[in-house]
This record gives sequence, structure tokens and C-alpha cells, in this order.
Amino acid sequence: MAVSCRRLANNRTYLASLAAHDICRLTRALQMSQQSGILQQGATEERGENARMASFVGAVAVADLVKSTLGPKGMDKILQSMGRGQEVTITNDGATILKSIYVDNPAAKVLVDISKVQDDEVGDGTTSVVVFAGELLREAELLVNQKVHPMTIIAGYREACDCARSVLESIAFNHQSDPALFRKDLLNIAKTTLSSKILTVDKEHFANLAVDAILRLKGNGSLEAIHVIKKTGGTLQESFLDEGFILDKKIGVGQPKRIEDARILVANTPMDTDKIKIYGARVRVDSMAKVADIEAAEKEKMREKVRKIIDHGINCFINRQLIYNLPEEMFADAGVMAIEHADFDGIERLALVLGGEIVSTFENPETVKLGSCKLIEEIMIGEDRLIHFSGVALGEACTIVLRGASSHILDEAERSLHDALCVLKETVADARVVYGGGWPEIRMAKAVEELASRTPGKKAMAMEAFARALRTLPATICDNAGLDSAEIVANLKAAHGADAESRMGVDVVRGEAGDMAELGIYESFRVRQQVLLSGTEASEIILRVDDIIKCAPRKRG
Amino acid sequence: MSLAFDEYGRPFIILREQERKSRVKGIEAVKASIMAAKSVARTLRSSLGPKGMDKMLQSPDGDVTITNDGATILEMMDVENQIGKLMVELSKSQDHEIGDGTTGVVVLAGALLEHAESLLDMGMHPLRIAEGYEMACKVATENLDNIKTRFEFSKEDIEPLVKTCMTTLSSKVVGRLKRQMAEICVKAVLAVADLERRDVNLDLIKVEGKVGGKMEDTRLVEGIVIDKEFSHPQMPKELRDVKVAILTCPFEPPKPKTKHKVDIDTVEKFEALRDAERSYFTDMVQRCKDSGAQLVVCQWGFDDEANHLLMHENLPAVRWVGGVEIELLAMATGARIVPRFQELTVDKLGHAGSVKEVGFGTTKDKMLVVEGCPNLKAVTIFVRGGNRMVLDEIKRSLHDAICVARNLVRDNAIVYGGGAAEISCALAVEEAADKVTGVEHYAMRAFSDALQAVPLALAENSGLPPIESLTAVKKRQLEESNPYLGIDCNDTGTNDMREQNVFETVIGKKQQLFLATQVCKMILKIDDVIKPSEFD
Repeated sequence: MAVSCRRLANNRTYLASLAAHDICRLTRALQMSQQSGILQQGATEERGENARMASFVGAVAVADLVKSTLGPKGMDKILQSMGRGQEVTITNDGATILKSIYVDNPAAKVLVDISKVQDDEVGDGTTSVVVFAGELLREAELLVNQKVHPMTIIAGYREACDCARSVLESIAFNHQSDPALFRKDLLNIAKTTLSSKILTVDKEHFANLAVDAILRLKGNGSLEAIHVIKKTGGTLQESFLDEGFILDKKIGVGQPKRIEDARILVANTPMDTDKIKIYGARVRVDSMAKVADIEAAEKEKMREKVRKIIDHGINCFINRQLIYNLPEEMFADAGVMAIEHADFDGIERLALVLGGEIVSTFENPETVKLGSCKLIEEIMIGEDRLIHFSGVALGEACTIVLRGASSHILDEAERSLHDALCVLKETVADARVVYGGGWPEIRMAKAVEELASRTPGKKAMAMEAFARALRTLPATICDNAGLDSAEIVANLKAAHGADAESRMGVDVVRGEAGDMAELGIYESFRVRQQVLLSGTEASEIILRVDDIIKCAPRKRG
Repeated sequence: MSLAFDEYGRPFIILREQERKSRVKGIEAVKASIMAAKSVARTLRSSLGPKGMDKMLQSPDGDVTITNDGATILEMMDVENQIGKLMVELSKSQDHEIGDGTTGVVVLAGALLEHAESLLDMGMHPLRIAEGYEMACKVATENLDNIKTRFEFSKEDIEPLVKTCMTTLSSKVVGRLKRQMAEICVKAVLAVADLERRDVNLDLIKVEGKVGGKMEDTRLVEGIVIDKEFSHPQMPKELRDVKVAILTCPFEPPKPKTKHKVDIDTVEKFEALRDAERSYFTDMVQRCKDSGAQLVVCQWGFDDEANHLLMHENLPAVRWVGGVEIELLAMATGARIVPRFQELTVDKLGHAGSVKEVGFGTTKDKMLVVEGCPNLKAVTIFVRGGNRMVLDEIKRSLHDAICVARNLVRDNAIVYGGGAAEISCALAVEEAADKVTGVEHYAMRAFSDALQAVPLALAENSGLPPIESLTAVKKRQLEESNPYLGIDCNDTGTNDMREQNVFETVIGKKQQLFLATQVCKMILKIDDVIKPSEFD
């Protein structure tokens, strides 16, 4: 079977029909392929048409799998893990779905890979890229059946892709010089991204949240300064952006819970017992009294260390490792707030935010750079107590606290927000913007078709196919929203044909072609470009294959 | 055969016949071997040439590789048959020697064997066929020397070299960007080449890759890329004009190899140990600082304490750098690799123009780029690509192109590609065959036919009518005695390979002929295949 996914409850019937169809075709392919007899036992080789069919089937099946999640009215999938606990994830993020299904078909793996890279590079458009590559392959299959050589198809796709890319570049616009307009662009982009996710109800709220967070970064591209904390309880609407930094840790017993004008030492040092780092050292004594002596010396060593730390003139100490009772007590006595076990990520982020350095030795207090902030206090979110740093040195840092009814919702909300933040970050780096709702695809398809009409030879067929594949994206958005895709896409095509500067795209809410500028549906240029390029690249490498050799699976003990 | 008699007429068994043991003898054995070799060649046949198709290979662990590089395909194909393995070795040795033409050599060997089969049917002895092939091979290589031309280039005029690399790259996935990639390869080779000694050390060219971005972002770093970051997150991310110390000892208290125990039984000793420990760290860092180093690159790890001390002393450091990178870095910066802190002195430091930490995309992956080294002899090609498969394929393609450029630097004699050289050789061999009497005559003719299998496959893969195009080119070559005519794979309208700039090195071509003939000879000489019973 081309795709075996664990359990996709939402459209199980759809998948079942798909699977039956695939199996039928694949078994036919297998029967036709002969064993060459020189390979290892269990290894298989598929050649020519069969190989091509197997990869088409696999890739198209994966594309169809995620197709129904595309667009603002896309459906979610339930993913149940096979491991212990059978954890359940509900998502419509293409990359997350593809990451968690088990795929056996090599061509399908190429698509899974492409969506992963899309996620890493630009953070959004992970479904679009897979659907687009799948459509290109579906069209290619038809052409191959008409006896067009795959290399000819590739040549046509390449030229069409170049053409589409230059169109995309020419229709993008840039408002970076005008901050107010740029903010509006960003807000629109965030809303467009979020509208296809669980946050769609509160997209206004979250779009503002995301844009505020990104604008705080002031063009500095590191998302690390934005910290997302998830707390169950409340509603999504209660999520908020905090200007300071929130750490999900506890303050030690008996220590001040509120510090103003804090001087903070961020450290990474053992505060339980100091390990002896000299190799081969061991303690061997001949009486109990000596044990006590050494214990005392050990304690004294720790005391000295704590004293040294306090001598830095600090009133807050944050350590990556554990802090034992003895030093904790000493810190309490000195009126120093001590926070233990801030994990590695937390420590790095804290050091960045508070502007201090991560310290591991305490010999030279005068040269150590301390972190500082206006106020540290304990705050309550829901049932939990968290530590809140406000007025931090790095004004760029902020924390987004997500609230929601269940952990599934929170997980999905975090993924959605992450997508939005990534896209916004890319847009800040490259401020070019295009309209959404299938607008760029329709424009590109039109240009590619014009190119096709001027191109002699069989390549032109491939270009036409490319244009059709581009139009499938808006058509899929319509289909998923339960609209008449053929009607709407035809209307869009007509509108763009009549007016070269038309801004018509799919208006899912009213179920018709609408002006994208008025509706405020914007997308990042970078995302669209990446979808176009990666999708074409992926379909090209799959098309070039004429032989699949599968080695015998490694025996597992 | 397996039963013999000694001088007293007593039978003894030489080879125990068992049901499980399979044995093939005589002509049957030769034919079985030829079958296997042909089957391997058939798989590769469709990957030949600029329009060759790719193969998708799934490894035992489920990883997918997509490639049309002959050597890679065969290596990953999991061939079990012994003769099949010979073909794999054949392509591998072409890869090691020349680095290009790995598909062609297998296709040629396959064709030679295929023709040998029909000769066997005529009742010829396998060894006579092999001898005929040897003679034909000699004629063909002599012909290559006759038709070869010199290929002129210099460090200033790299254009011809770039064009050659473009030919190699045109059949790969990077075909779209062949110009850019070819330039990168040529520049890399020339940067490390010693043009006087005509020598290129490929170890100095490192091909690094990172998934993501576009192919267009691939670039040549005139220095080294190390897949590591600074040891402390707060060290400066960019350094200029730094003195580099390269250490192969950890920033930790020493660990003597001999077994020992440090016994502590009193408080005094405990405290002494503590002081000793502390002084170890301060000592180590102080030594680095005293030597004047501004960047420490270490092969081993750092203790947290040492790490902070380094940071404190404004001494950026990199830990866990691999052995190969350490050596490259030492070569490039001119630093000596120092195995002990005591030996660290000013004259052992290297120098680098800039050291930068570069991040990629939305993930937190970071890499160090070391540029502006005094000794420019090490370069890195930094490859970007849509996904892991594309990336690996680009790396393999670039390796091929680099090899071609290297071969041209070593020996600048070339012949024209697109099957032109093969057709010319085939004609020469045919002519020579007519002057030979005996069995060899047929063998040489068969060799000539086999040589034509390469242009035939090229034409077939390019979607041209194979026989028509081959015979047309052959006729023109004979009429015009022009050895530069080949198959027009790219549909440019001309058969003259000089205009298309399609050429290959003479050493590469010769090697193909030699290797293919040798393997053929070896396979033809096998007349008995005994397979032991398989263990259950």
C-alpha cells in the first residue's frame, strides 16, 4: 500500500476508497515487473512505466491526503501515535501531518521531505507545496500516458516555472517604507495565515498579538526572543502578549517573591555538590570522624561558593542546574531570590533577554556582566504560579501566553501561532507581499498559458499542464469550503482575462470571486515563491525516475 | 569430473556433489555470467547521457536516494550475484580513477559481453574472443590518441574549463544551473591546483551541504565551513583578523592512561585537590591567552567551568571539531595542531581573515565560516537544495564535475563526446578488423559493434530514433573523416560536438575502454561457477 497512515478519522472513507484504488494499480504493476535475479533476496526492482506509475501513485496519494486541509475551510486530521499512551494530535498543519505518518513509498517520501523543508525555511505553505507538487505529477501522468517523454515534460515545467516566478516577482508589492501601511500588510498576512487554523475565530486578536511580537524584534530575525507559554484553562481569547519575560519556574522557599531593580546572575554550575573533576580521585578514610571532617569541608566549599555568588552584589540568582537545600537556605538568608533548574534553552534565552552572561566560575565578581530588570514578581496564570520579569534590558523580548480549554487546542494554537510568526518574520526580512486567495496562482497560470501559446513543440503541453496545476490551488480552496470550484475558478479566470490588473481571488466567506485588496487577504511573497520553486523541483526529481530499486529491508533482531 | 581415480584405480572424490550445491560448467557458466552482467548494464543504460533518467533507490533502512550517477546506483543496488558485483567494482574503479563516465563504462562492458555471447554461439573459444577484444581495444586507444586535441586554458582564461564542467553537469539535476555550478567547480579546482606540477589534491576541496534554500544559493567559500558553533552562546558571532590556536587536548583536568587512584583521607588533602583543580582550569585558559590566540579551536569538549573562563577572558572557542576539519583548518590558517597546552606558543598560531557564525532559515542550525586564510589552498563548496535528496544529488554531481576539471588540469588532451569518440573508434576498429584473419576478425568486429552501443543508448535516451541517428552520424564521419560528429542529444540542430562543446578527457575515455575490456576478459575466462550450499 502506498501510504499507510495510522488513523485519520476524519476522512477515513475517502482514504479507504483511495487505498483500494492504489492497491489495484500497484498489484498490477508488481505483476508486470519481472525479477532480474541478480539482486539480494527480498530486494525488488521496478522499471520504466511501472516505476513511474508507482511513484506517481505514491506522490499523488500523499498530496490527496493533505489536500483536504488546504485553505480557510480546510479540515483537521487526528493523528494517533502508535507509541505508548497513544497520544492524539489534532492538526491541519501539513508538515505536522506528514511528519507523523509512516510512508513506505519512496516518491511519497520526497514530498514529505519537501514539506518539512518548507516548514524549516519559511514556516508556512507546507500543505500548498505538497498539493502543488502532487498536481504537477497528476498532470504529468496524463502527459506520459499521451506518450510525451518525461524529459520533455521537465523542460516544459522548468520554463513555465521561470515564467511564473518572474510574474510573481513583478506582481509583488512592497510597503516597507511606510510603517503604518506595512503594519497593515503584516496584520493582513497574519490574519490570512491564521484563518486556515484553529485560531480563526480569534484571528483578529492573534494577528495583533503576532504582529506586535514581531515588530518588537525590530527586524532582528531571531524568534528566540519570543517565548510561548501554554497554560490550560480559560479561553483562547484570554491569550495575551506580555512585554516582559515569563519563566515557568518556582522561586525557592523563604525567598523574596518580588524584587525591584533586580541584578541577576545567570549561571550554569552545579549547586548540589561540586563534583571532583580530577580523574581517579576518591575518598578513602579510616574513621567515621574523618568522614565528618570531609563532609564539613565539602559543606564549607559550597558555603564559600554561595558567598562568592552573593558577593557579586546580586539579588537574584538563576541556575541551569539544581540548587540543593543548603545553598537555597543560604540564598534565602541573604535575601537573594534563587531559581533552580531553568533548562538549557531557558537559560540561553534568559541570558539573552536579561543581558547578562552565563557564568560558571565566580572568582572575579568585578568583571562579570550581570543581567538586570526593573521588576521580578510572581504572577498567577490560571492555577499556576510563574515568574515574571518586566522592564528587561532587551526590549525586543516578549512572551506570548496561550490559554485554551485543552492541551490539544493549545498544541494546535501554538503550531498555528508559530506558522504566523515565521511568516511574519520572513516578511519583515523580505517585505514583498502578494494577495492571497489564489490570486497569484491565477495570475501565474495566465502568464504561463500565454507563454505556452507562443511555444512550439510538445513542451507547450507541459506548460499548459503547469498552468492547470497552478489553478488547482484556488480550486482546492473552493472545494474544501464546499463551493463550486469550477464555477468560481472560471469566473476568476474571466475576471483576470478582462482586466490585467484585476485583484480578484477566492472569497471563501461569500462563496464567490472577490477583491483581495478589499478583503485584506495578503500573503508573503517568500512563501509563495518557495511553494512554486520547491513544488516544481520535487515534481522534477520524481519525474526523472525510471527505475526503483528497493533493497531488502534490514532484519531487525 | 568430480570423480577421479588414483594410480591403483581406486576412486576418490574431488568435489562432493550435493543437492544444495549448485555448479555450472563450460559454456553454460560463461553464458550465465554474461546474463547477469547484461542485466546490470541494462539497468544503467537508461541513465546515460544528458537526457538520462534517474533511479530511485531505497536503502535497507528506508532512506531514499535519487540519482543517475552510475557508481552510486550500483553501490546502493544491493547486488548479490558475483558477476553483478564485478560490474559494480568496475564502475567503482572508474569512479576512483577518473570520477566520471561511470555509467558509460558499465554500458560498454555490457555491450561487449552481449556481442561475445553471439560469438560463443558461433562456436568460438571464449579466450580467442577475449584476445580479439584486446587487439581491438589497442586499436581503439591508438585511434583516441590520433583524434585527440589539446585543450587550452590558463588560470586567467577558465572559460574552456567551465564549458567542460557544464557538459558533465548537463545530465544531472543541476542542469538548470549548470553555468553557475560549473564556475564554482572550476574556481574550486583552480584554487587548490598546482598548475606547474599539474596536480590537484581533492582533499582540499570540501563539499558541505545544508538542506533548505534554493540551489541558486550554492556558493564557493574561499575558506572552510565547519558545522559547529561557538561553545558559549554569548561569544561574539563574528571575528576579524584573528589568530587561531588549534588544540587536540580537552579543556579538562588530565586523564592519565595508567590506572591510578588519588586517595583523599584528610580535609587538607581535600582542599589541596580543590585548589589543584581550579588551577588546572585557570592555567589552561591562561596559557591560551598568553600565546596571543584570539580563537581556540578544539577537537574535544570543554568543561562548563573552562567554557565560562574562556568566555570571561574574551577568548572565543569552538569545541568538538572533527579531525578532518581540524586538519583542513590547520592547512588553511597555517596553524600547527597543538596536542598539549604546554606546547602552545605564538609561532604555532594560525591566522584567519574572518570567522563568522551563520544561521539558516527558521531552524536554529548554525555553521562557522572561516574565510580569508593566508594559505588559500583549502576551499569549501557550500551547497543548498530543496531537500536532502536533491542536496545529495547536487553534491554527487559537483564531485563529478570537480573530477573532470581535475583531470583536465592533470592532462589537457580531450576527445569529443556525444558518442563521437566511440563512433570514430568503432570505424577504426572495423577497418583494422578487415586486415586480420582468423577468429579475432569476428571478435574485433563485435568490439566495434559494442562501441556503437554507447551512441545508440544516447540517442535512445534523448528520444531520437536510435538506429537512424547512429547510422547517419557514422556515414558522415566516414565521408567527411571528421571525428567530431556525434549524437545531438540536446536537439540543438548540429552534430558537430565542437560547436556544442561536448567533450571528455582522453584519460577518462581510455580508462573506460581498458576497464571494460579487462572485465570482459575476466568474465569470459570463467568456465566453472561453484556456489557452496547456503547456510540455513
